[in-house]
Amino acid sequence: MEEFVKMVHGQGGTAMQQLIKNYILKYLGWGEAELPLKALDDSGVMNGIILKSDSYTVKPLFFPGGNIGTLAVSGTINDILMVGGKPLALALGLIIEEGFPFKELSAIIESIANLAKSVDVPVITGDTKVVERGALDKLVLNMSGIGIRHPLLDHNFKVVREYRKEFNAKWLMDANLRPGDKIILSGYIGDHAIALLSVREGLKFKSEIKSDAAPLIGVMDAALKIGGVVAAKDPTRGGIANLLNEWRDKSNVGIKIYEEKIPIRDDVRSACEYLGLDPLELGNEGKAVLAVIDEMAEDVLKAIRKHPLGKNAEIIGEVTKEFDYVVMETIIGGLRIIPPPIGDPVPRIC
Amino acid sequence: MCLGYPGRIIEIKGDFAKVDFGSGVIKDNIIISLVDAKVGDYVIVHAGYAIQVLDEEEAKKTIEIWNEYLKSISENR
Amino acid sequence: MSDLKSILMLYRDPKLAKRLTEKIHELAKEINDYTLIMHVCGTHEWTITHYGIRSLMPDNVELRAGPGCPVCITPASDIDAIIKLSLDGIIVMAYGDISRAKGGKGISLEDAKSMGGKIKIVYSVQDAFLLAKELSDEDIVFFGVGFDTTAPATAYMIKRDPPKNLSVLSSYRYVPPAVGALLEAPDLAIDGIINPGHSSTVTGMKPYKEYFDKHKKPMVFSGFEPIDVLISIYLILKQIRDGKAEMINEYTRSVTWNGNVKAMKTLLSVFQLEEGYWRGFGIVDNSAFEFKEEFDFVNARVKYGIRKPTARGEFVEGAKCADVIKGKIDPIECPLYMKECTPDNPKGPSMVSIEGTCRIWAEHKVTAILKCRI
Repeated sequence: MEEFVKMVHGQGGTAMQQLIKNYILKYLGWGEAELPLKALDDSGVMNGIILKSDSYTVKPLFFPGGNIGTLAVSGTINDILMVGGKPLALALGLIIEEGFPFKELSAIIESIANLAKSVDVPVITGDTKVVERGALDKLVLNMSGIGIRHPLLDHNFKVVREYRKEFNAKWLMDANLRPGDKIILSGYIGDHAIALLSVREGLKFKSEIKSDAAPLIGVMDAALKIGGVVAAKDPTRGGIANLLNEWRDKSNVGIKIYEEKIPIRDDVRSACEYLGLDPLELGNEGKAVLAVIDEMAEDVLKAIRKHPLGKNAEIIGEVTKEFDYVVMETIIGGLRIIPPPIGDPVPRIC
Repeated sequence: MCLGYPGRIIEIKGDFAKVDFGSGVIKDNIIISLVDAKVGDYVIVHAGYAIQVLDEEEAKKTIEIWNEYLKSISENR
Repeated sequence: MSDLKSILMLYRDPKLAKRLTEKIHELAKEINDYTLIMHVCGTHEWTITHYGIRSLMPDNVELRAGPGCPVCITPASDIDAIIKLSLDGIIVMAYGDISRAKGGKGISLEDAKSMGGKIKIVYSVQDAFLLAKELSDEDIVFFGVGFDTTAPATAYMIKRDPPKNLSVLSSYRYVPPAVGALLEAPDLAIDGIINPGHSSTVTGMKPYKEYFDKHKKPMVFSGFEPIDVLISIYLILKQIRDGKAEMINEYTRSVTWNGNVKAMKTLLSVFQLEEGYWRGFGIVDNSAFEFKEEFDFVNARVKYGIRKPTARGEFVEGAKCADVIKGKIDPIECPLYMKECTPDNPKGPSMVSIEGTCRIWAEHKVTAILKCRI
C-alpha cells in the first residue's frame, strides 16, 4: 500500500476509491442509516434527513461562469438532489489564508448569497478560520447541506412500480439500475474543466467557454414530476466515465453509450483533442445523469429539455445485459470499453 | 512519436512561425524552414516543427473518391 | 480553419466507416485464412484502440502493433547514461515521456530527479536551446529520443548555432530498416503492413522500396483518422485476395514518394546512419542516427564517453516487453499486464509511454476484445 497521499488520491477516480476503501470505510463504515456511508452515494440519509458535506479547493478561485462560492452552492445542492432530496439549508465553513484580500472574500460571499437566495436555500450556520500565510493556497471552503425527501419522489417511484413491480428502493440510489433502463445526460460535457483550463493555460475560443456550475433543482423537479427515474448522479470529478462505472459496479450491470449522442460543444471537443484530454473524464458542475425506466425515458427527456439547464439533454445510452462493462459505440460504429479513470485529467476543478 | 496536428500559419518571423491549431490553441516558435509554406497555409506540426504542408485538395479528393467508389459498388449489387 | 477542419471531419464519417467495414468483411471471407496486419506507429495504435476498430474486424483479421513507440525502443543503456549524467550534476533536458521510462538499472530520469538528479522537462528542442542559452554557465545535455519524424528539428537547430554549453545524446532511429526487419523476422508471419504516416511524410515512400521488393507484401502508407485506417486495411485485404502486392499511398494529403527533401537533407548533413539497437527488438542495420565527425563538439557520446548501445535484454523479470514491442504478442498475453504492471505503476517502457501499446490498451481497459455484429 502507498505511504504518502498523492494528488491523484483526490481526483475522483480509482486511486481515490482506494483511499476511501482503505482508510475512510475501514474506520467509518460501521454506521447504519437509511443511506449509509458504505453506500458511497451522493449524500447520506438518516431518519429522512439528507446530509451532505463537500469541500471546495478549486483553483483559480474566480473563473469564467463563476467562482468557488457559486460552485459550492451548486455542488452541495446537487448532491442532495441526486439521492431524491429537496435541499433545505446550507452550512458554510471558510478557511482563509492570511493576506487574502477582503475585496475577493466579499465577492465570493456575495455570490453565495445571490445564488442561494435565487433557489431559496439559505446558509443558516457556518464557521470562519484564518491560517498563517503559506499554510494554504488563498481560500478553501466546506459547504454542507441538509434536505428532506423530495415531495415528488413518492410519485416518481409509483410510476416506476407501474412497470417494475418488484422495485422497492426508497431513494435514488446508484444500485437501482436494471437492464433496459435508459441513460439521460442533461447537457454539454466538459465546459467546466475547459473553462478552468482556459484560464490556467491561456486558451481562447470563438465564444468564451464558461463553467456550467448551477443548482439543478428545476431539472430534477421536471424529471420527478413525470416519474420513472431510478437513479441520478452528477458527473463531477472523473466525469461521466467515472459516474457510469460507479453505476456499473453498484448495480452490477453493463452500460452501453453512443458517442454520437453525447452532447459536447465543438470548441470543447477540439480543445480536448489537441490537449490530449478525454471529454468523458472531465468534471462537470451543472449536469445530471439520470437512469430512467425505458417506458418513461422519452417523456422525462422532453420535460427536462423544457428547462433552460436541460435544453441540450440527450438519451445517451442504456443499461444492458450484453456486456459486463461500460462500453461505448464510437462514431464509426466500433466498440470500446470505457474504464474508470485513474483520476481526473485536470486537477483541482472543484 | 507520429503525433502531428494540422494548424494554420498566421505569422512567419524568419525561421519560425505562429500556428493556429483551432479552439484557442496558438503556438509560437514553430520551425518553418523545413517546408515551403506561406502565411495562410495549413501545415502538419510534429515536435515543434512543420513537417509538411497539408494538401487540402488531396484531402478532399481522397474522401470524394472513396465515397464515390463505395457508393457505386454497393449500388451495383 | 473551419474549411479544413470540416474536410478532416469527413474522415470520421460513420456511413463511410460502415461501408468500408462491410467491404472488409466481404474480403476477409473470400480470403478465408488468418491474416496478420501490422502497423509501426503508436498513433495508429491509438486510433485503432480509441475508435474501437478491432471490434469491427472480421474474426480472421488481426491488427497488431509493432515497434512504433520511440520511448519503448530507446536503449536502456542510453537511459542509464543520461541518468548518470544528471546525478553527476549535468543538467539533462528531455521530453516528459522518456523521463518516466526505466533504464537497465530499474530507475528512470524521474526517479533520478527525486534522488537529486538535475532534470528539466522540455516540450521541444527549441525550448531546450533557449533554456541552455539562459543557463550558459551550466553543462547541458539534451536527450534526443524519437524517430526520423522528430530528428530533423534537432538537426536543424544544431546547424543554426547551438549554445556552447549544450550537447546532444542521439538515440534517434530511422524507421524503414525496422519495417524491413519485421518483414524478415521468421517468427512473425506478416501478411500486410500499415506504414507510418508522419515518419514517411518526412522520409518519403522511396526508402521502403528495397524492403518491399525483397518481400513483396502489401504496404499501405496510412493517415491517422479512422477512415484512413479502414481504407488502408481494405486496400491490404484487397491485395491479399487478388494475390497482388503494391506500395500504396493512402495518406496523399501528406505523404509523397520523395518525402520532405529539405528535412531529410538537413538530417543527413548532421547525422549518419549506423547499426542501431532497438530495445526489445534487436539490432537493425542502418537505423541509428549518430552524429557525423564534424559534429563531435555537440555529440554527448564523444564529450562524456557514452558508448553506443549494444544488444542486451533489459526488462523486468517475467515481463514480455520485447514480444509486445516486436509485435509478436498482444499486451494481454503478457503475464504482468494490468496486474503488476499498470499505467500507475509501469514495469516496462511500453506501459510508460503514451504511445506504448500496453499503455494505450491499459488506458482503454482492453482486457477483452469486443466484437460488433456486422
